[in-house]
Amino acid sequence: MALNLNPNFAEAGKRYFSAYSPGDDFYEMLINTHRDLSDEQSELLNARLILLLANHIGDIGTLREALKLAREGV
Amino acid sequence: MLKTYHYPKFEYRTPPEIASGKTLKVPVVVVGAGPVGMAAALDLQQHQVPVLLLDEDDTVSIGSRGVCYAKRALEILDRYGVGDAVCNKGVSWNVGRTFFRDREVYNFNLVPEPDHHRPGMVNLQQYYLEEYLAARAATLPNLDLRWKNKVVSVAQNGKTVTLKVETEDGFYTVETDWLIAADGARSPIRHKLGLEVEGKIFMDRFLIADVVMKAEFPTERWFWFDPPFHPGQSVLLHRQTDSVYRIDFQLGWDADPEEQKKPENVLPRIKAMLSALDGKEREFELEWVSVYTFQCRRMGKFNHGRVLFVGDAAHQVSPFGARGANSGLQDADNLGWKLKLVIDGKAPETLLDSYSEERVFAADENLMNSTRSTDFITPKSRASKTFRNAVLSLAKDHAFGRALVNSGRLSVPAFLTESSLNTPDSAPDQFAGRMVPGAPMDDAPVLDHGEAGWLLKKVGRQFFVLYFADDPAALDAATVDALANLSCAGIAVQPLVISRQPGTVAGDIPHLEDPRGIAAQRYDARPGTVYLLRPDQHVAARWRRLDPEQVRAAMARATCNA
Repeated sequence: MALNLNPNFAEAGKRYFSAYSPGDDFYEMLINTHRDLSDEQSELLNARLILLLANHIGDIGTLREALKLAREGV
Repeated sequence: MLKTYHYPKFEYRTPPEIASGKTLKVPVVVVGAGPVGMAAALDLQQHQVPVLLLDEDDTVSIGSRGVCYAKRALEILDRYGVGDAVCNKGVSWNVGRTFFRDREVYNFNLVPEPDHHRPGMVNLQQYYLEEYLAARAATLPNLDLRWKNKVVSVAQNGKTVTLKVETEDGFYTVETDWLIAADGARSPIRHKLGLEVEGKIFMDRFLIADVVMKAEFPTERWFWFDPPFHPGQSVLLHRQTDSVYRIDFQLGWDADPEEQKKPENVLPRIKAMLSALDGKEREFELEWVSVYTFQCRRMGKFNHGRVLFVGDAAHQVSPFGARGANSGLQDADNLGWKLKLVIDGKAPETLLDSYSEERVFAADENLMNSTRSTDFITPKSRASKTFRNAVLSLAKDHAFGRALVNSGRLSVPAFLTESSLNTPDSAPDQFAGRMVPGAPMDDAPVLDHGEAGWLLKKVGRQFFVLYFADDPAALDAATVDALANLSCAGIAVQPLVISRQPGTVAGDIPHLEDPRGIAAQRYDARPGTVYLLRPDQHVAARWRRLDPEQVRAAMARATCNA
């Protein structure tokens, strides 16, 4: 499974009239999830989130590609 | 004062009521002759409702305020007769560049979708728009526009609103059936009536600078996150007309506005900014500087008895995404036809609840989108800032990252999909595409008796039934008869046939050609498809075949007569 780098957010059953809406929906949820947390708590949240999503993706090849791209930009 | 613009001074005339001492009685008063108040007055005037429009000042908006007028606003302004003036004077831009720190992350080209009359947006200083609206208003009968007339008290008593108006010659009293408050974010009318507006103030300040560019400079929108010439903050550059460029510097809440406004602080920043792309020095002149903060809030509902709130008086958003004036014009567009039907006794007053319902829905969408942009542009926590910067660092190479960069989402009209005025699609009628009940109409090129035109110029101001056909001459007598007799309960329903083939329709029914099938495609229409369209160019209902009973039921629903 190749890493999908194109916009890929959508919610089942929801109709979008603007292309940016699903991505903005996600981004707002992401930022709201961090609301009122300390920096340390936010770091922990992010780590837990990455582990949850990584397990969901499962495919090690895809994860390897994502890890590489993430590292390259730091 | 500005070098590129001369403020008109509108003439104050002594109101006749001062000498006569009589109370002026009018069906509708609009308070506030800004873009939204003038739009509301023009809308009602076009519906043959006499309007008194009061403004405490005698000129247009001062300084740098509204900039960007989006497609839907331009289409509404077309109906008020100033769309051409705004588009001819305004500037269109397609290229946007996004910078993060010292480099360009990416750029985009908003190539407009072909086959629409109006572009996605034009940039124009607000004073020009107001000047055109005022000039238009001055030519029209039944529109009494009074400058330097200040409302000093307002009282609502049953079905009458009583205003006391102050002028330099003294006071007079106005009694009206309906008051439209278009008196801006601080809305004295709202305060005088003790009505609340809820929301939050954003703890941030922005500095606006309008500069006149002395040399050629690209007509592009530039947005910086954390630039070297203004570290830790954001900067937006936008072109307006007359080679005037508008620059918005985020200052942060702790900045001293007076200190920041000083030329010795503003000029070096602008210089650095204008040379950021290619290192070239550019000459410019500073035309306007001011500092603003903003609130995101709205009233719980926009109608209170006989008082109707429009524009900033009803709702305020952050400036990212140009949703202030654009949404205010849509308020006026939504309200005008409903108030006309209520005044004429053809719809119950509950129709005005739908004004509030629909425009609250739109305001919430605008608040959501502009708040999201604000949170991206000015992150409020370390985690939020880290994510924002991560998005920007991914945007350079990856399409998904670019899609998440939110430096303001262009104002688009709300799809009123939840409106109680809509008739939902009936189960057997399957439709694809965007033109769902509640959708703002898409434009399309049409031929009207061989002459090229636009669909949106051919409908609106009253209810229309748009009937799609292949060969207009092939319409059977029963269909022609049904189309000609759709009006119900005294409310006109104008039939309009739109066909792929040229030809004429029997029985004098107006007819458009859709030679390339673009309208049919955008409306997912087949021969026999019917759309019921509201006066404000929203879809009310649609069917795959014409059934006058269904049209009547949908009309009743769209006017609260069900």
